[in-house]
Amino acid sequence: MSLFLIAALPFLGAVFPALLIRAGRNACASAAGAVTLLALIGVLVNAPRVMAGGVVTAQIDWLPQLGMNLHFFMDGLGMFFATLILGIGLLIIIYARYYLSREDPMGQFYAYLLLFQGAMVGIVLSDNILLLVVFWELTSLSSFLLIGYWKHLPAGRQGARMALAVTGAGGLALIGGMLVLGNIAGTYSLSEILDQKELIQSSPLYLTALILILLGCFTKSAQFPFHFWLPHAMAAPTPVSAYLHSATMVKAGLFLMARLWPVLAGTDAWFYIVSTTGLVTMVLGAVIALFKDDLKALLAFSTVSHLGLITLLLGLGTQAGALAAVFHILNHATFKAALFMSAGIIDHETHTRDIKRLGGLRTLMPVTFVIATIASLSMAGIPPLNGFLSKEMMLEEISHTTWLDSHWFFPVLATIGALFSAAYSFRFIGHVFLGPVRDDYPSKPHDPGVGMWISPAFLVLLVIAIGLFPEAVAGNLVRTVTDAVMGEYGDYYPLKIWHGVTPALYMSGIAVVGGLILLALHRPLDKGWIATPRPEAKTIFDGLVGALTRACRGITDTLHDGAIGRYAAIFIVFVLVLGGYAFTTGAMGPQTRPMLEIEVLPAIGWFGLVAATLCIVAFHRNRLLSLVLIGVVGLVVTMLFNYFSAPDLALTQLSVEVVTIVLMLLALNFMPKTTPRESSVGRRTRDVLISVAAGLGVGGLIFAIMTRGFAFDTISEFHLANSYKGGGGDNVVNVILVDFRGFDTFGEIIVLGIAAIVIYAITEAIMQTSVRARLLNRVPDQPVAGDAHPLMMVVVTRLMMPVALMVAAYIFFRGHNLPGGGFIAGLIAAIAIIMQYMASGFGWAAARQHFPYHGIIGSGVLVAAVTGLGAWFNGMPFLTSAFGYIHPPGLEEFEWATAALFDLGVFLAVVGAVLLALESLSRYAWNPNIDSRHPMDINPSRDDNGRVIRKD
Amino acid sequence: MELLFASAIGVLTACGIYLILRQRTFPVILGLSLLSYAVNLFLFATGRLSVGAPPILQYGVETYTDPLPQALVLTAIVISFGMTAVIVMIALSAYLSENDDRIDMDNPSEPAKDDA
Repeated sequence: MSLFLIAALPFLGAVFPALLIRAGRNACASAAGAVTLLALIGVLVNAPRVMAGGVVTAQIDWLPQLGMNLHFFMDGLGMFFATLILGIGLLIIIYARYYLSREDPMGQFYAYLLLFQGAMVGIVLSDNILLLVVFWELTSLSSFLLIGYWKHLPAGRQGARMALAVTGAGGLALIGGMLVLGNIAGTYSLSEILDQKELIQSSPLYLTALILILLGCFTKSAQFPFHFWLPHAMAAPTPVSAYLHSATMVKAGLFLMARLWPVLAGTDAWFYIVSTTGLVTMVLGAVIALFKDDLKALLAFSTVSHLGLITLLLGLGTQAGALAAVFHILNHATFKAALFMSAGIIDHETHTRDIKRLGGLRTLMPVTFVIATIASLSMAGIPPLNGFLSKEMMLEEISHTTWLDSHWFFPVLATIGALFSAAYSFRFIGHVFLGPVRDDYPSKPHDPGVGMWISPAFLVLLVIAIGLFPEAVAGNLVRTVTDAVMGEYGDYYPLKIWHGVTPALYMSGIAVVGGLILLALHRPLDKGWIATPRPEAKTIFDGLVGALTRACRGITDTLHDGAIGRYAAIFIVFVLVLGGYAFTTGAMGPQTRPMLEIEVLPAIGWFGLVAATLCIVAFHRNRLLSLVLIGVVGLVVTMLFNYFSAPDLALTQLSVEVVTIVLMLLALNFMPKTTPRESSVGRRTRDVLISVAAGLGVGGLIFAIMTRGFAFDTISEFHLANSYKGGGGDNVVNVILVDFRGFDTFGEIIVLGIAAIVIYAITEAIMQTSVRARLLNRVPDQPVAGDAHPLMMVVVTRLMMPVALMVAAYIFFRGHNLPGGGFIAGLIAAIAIIMQYMASGFGWAAARQHFPYHGIIGSGVLVAAVTGLGAWFNGMPFLTSAFGYIHPPGLEEFEWATAALFDLGVFLAVVGAVLLALESLSRYAWNPNIDSRHPMDINPSRDDNGRVIRKD
Repeated sequence: MELLFASAIGVLTACGIYLILRQRTFPVILGLSLLSYAVNLFLFATGRLSVGAPPILQYGVETYTDPLPQALVLTAIVISFGMTAVIVMIALSAYLSENDDRIDMDNPSEPAKDDA
């Protein structure tokens, strides 16, 4: 199966459970399971090739210019992780079906889980580090949804937010690190980067890249000092904890360290940062875990500790360390997932996870007892279970590792870690299952149905099988994966239980005996632990976040205190200062373009424009007058466009001017007609100074630009040269809009449509409130014309409508070769219809309007999109246009172009958007009670009541 | 001619900004409209001014003005209509709900508490 399909399956499949929940919980879970199983089979089909040392690849170039490509590859490491993610995912899906209660929205759960699973699979199969980062961020986001799944629990929400904050911050560091790494290597292709060890490690930026990448890994894998988010994430439902914290999310950091091992490992920096962090995390997590009374908290800190162990092993930078790390990743995933699920079962059956309220479950829940005990013993490192094997390998490696010339530092600390690890594992068995049966369980415990214990049971079988026959079950796998980690073929000893009497065996023995002693002393130790003051990670985190929030709020409130005028002034002054800085420090070239002669016509236009603009400011308190004046400004601008060789712009500006003024007039109808004089002389002086400075700046800048030639060759030559050849049109502006930069235009019409729908939504919302009643009872503040629908206006607009629509059609069709096109035609058509609203009234026009404007906008966008997609069927990129000429008999030669179809989409979107905006606004004015009886809908053959008048 | 054009843009900008700094919604909308004219003319002028050379291909004509800024400004004009419409709508709705068209909060020194 193609790697694309494997990576895409969980994402595509996430739709099914969300939909199939309507068909019941079993259908929902089965859909999620089937998708996962299919992807798992896809991985396993490729497994033989990978086990034989091959690499499966799949590549599509996405943005090759940026080095960002959809390249996937699966070597031993990728296959190993993909199998873990999908395999344990499948078990979790089965388990969750029985764990979740009827109140929990199961469709959502499985959809989130599959999204998360897809993101994880994406990480481990990516052959492009930018793609990897994308998937990495997706895991942060989807895990946020999963951890906060129980939205009603404050702890769940806080835990989710903390996890997102910590892993998200790490993700940012990782992006930086990956960019630095890619920059050093000169490529973002992972497999190419992995070949460049010397180049990367000799680079002066190596340490920067290393630290940034490790920050990403450590936050994700909950390494000290970022370990605190993981226990708080335990507020999630247990299947989520079991999945995220055994096999997936927290292993992503380990995966990345293993993945980049060939180029990052082997230096002192790597050894000291990674192994020390791992060791500290391992010991710290194990110690805290012993004193946690919540089953899941115990397991959470134990996970932190084991992640530390694996990090430590990867940090050693040796082949045996890598082998042990890979082996322990496998072992930890099996026993920890089983333990989480067991904890979930206990919680589910007894309704408590508090160890102090449990005990004696041995006889009440025998199946769970067996499963949990075997898994715990494996976690404690007791032979012959798999946890023992990898822990022995770890201790063996540590026993001959020196740290800063100290031979004892690592072995002693590692033994302490192992000792506490054994102690909390024993406590899990001893304080939950052993001891006397109690009679005060919150709920009478008994074993759950087979659906809930089958998944952990399967995992425990693996624990035993790997423990007893390591070489047969996992030998080849672990070695293939280690080869992939190291990037070279290694020489290994077979995996086996008995290595003879070695230092590791002594350390193991000390750990087990010490663990038993610690358990016996647990009660007094616990008292001491509780009495000891410790820094609480959550308090520190909350304090940091709180301080940051206060600082941000302080800055925001200082700049933006609710006075928009003040904020705008600050903004403008800031821009002016920036511009002033650029002007005083930069250099301006000499004037290279001769200026045009001043002619009479534009000089008159200039005078009109400046006078009208100044008058607007002078008379802006009289709102109606200023609207009239702004119309003058618009008309002069239109003429300027026309004069300076921009007929398309002139047409557009003219038609936009009409609708804008209509819109503003409509709005002004409801608003005060004058603006009071409010601002003080000081404030007005300040504003005049600011605006004059801004005007001088902008005017000076454009003057400097206009009197100088282009600094670079413009691409306009290309447009002019190819407009006819490539786009089939003579009007270069229109060809740019619908062809060269069609994608921009596509975005523009969507924006326009969104703006119109926003207006519609605002109207809807406002009309639901008391405003509606107020509007209905409103007494106009100006005298109303005696005739709402003047005869002349109604008759003329109705006669004009077909003519105006004809003009719109004409403008539309000629647009490709002469000034015109979809934008202008759309505006003209909209004006033709607005005239009817104005002359005959809203009610009359609305009754004759059969297509909802939303639909017209939508169909416009769709027509444009479908036209664009059509290019795909020709094997061309989105929006590539095609054109040709036909010669109908008896007629002139006629050009057809797909660009015209695209322009039709533009036309429809513009018509719909303009009319929806104006129609929404008019609804404020529409008063159904005083609907005019004579909107000049006079049919000479009918009387006032619509009856046919008989002539005879 | 360039001087006239530039000074017109300067005047439009200055008046637009002055009106934006007023305290009622209507002058602010007027100011934004003026500023839109200024910005559109500014963008248009980056293609340099030329008279009688519209970018419509014709036989025998060799020089055309720069079509690209025109295409960008064309969409900008339409989009600025959309923007104006949205702002007019927000201003009008705010006025109708609150019976007040001032743009500043009642007590600017005490911003609203964020409950999130």
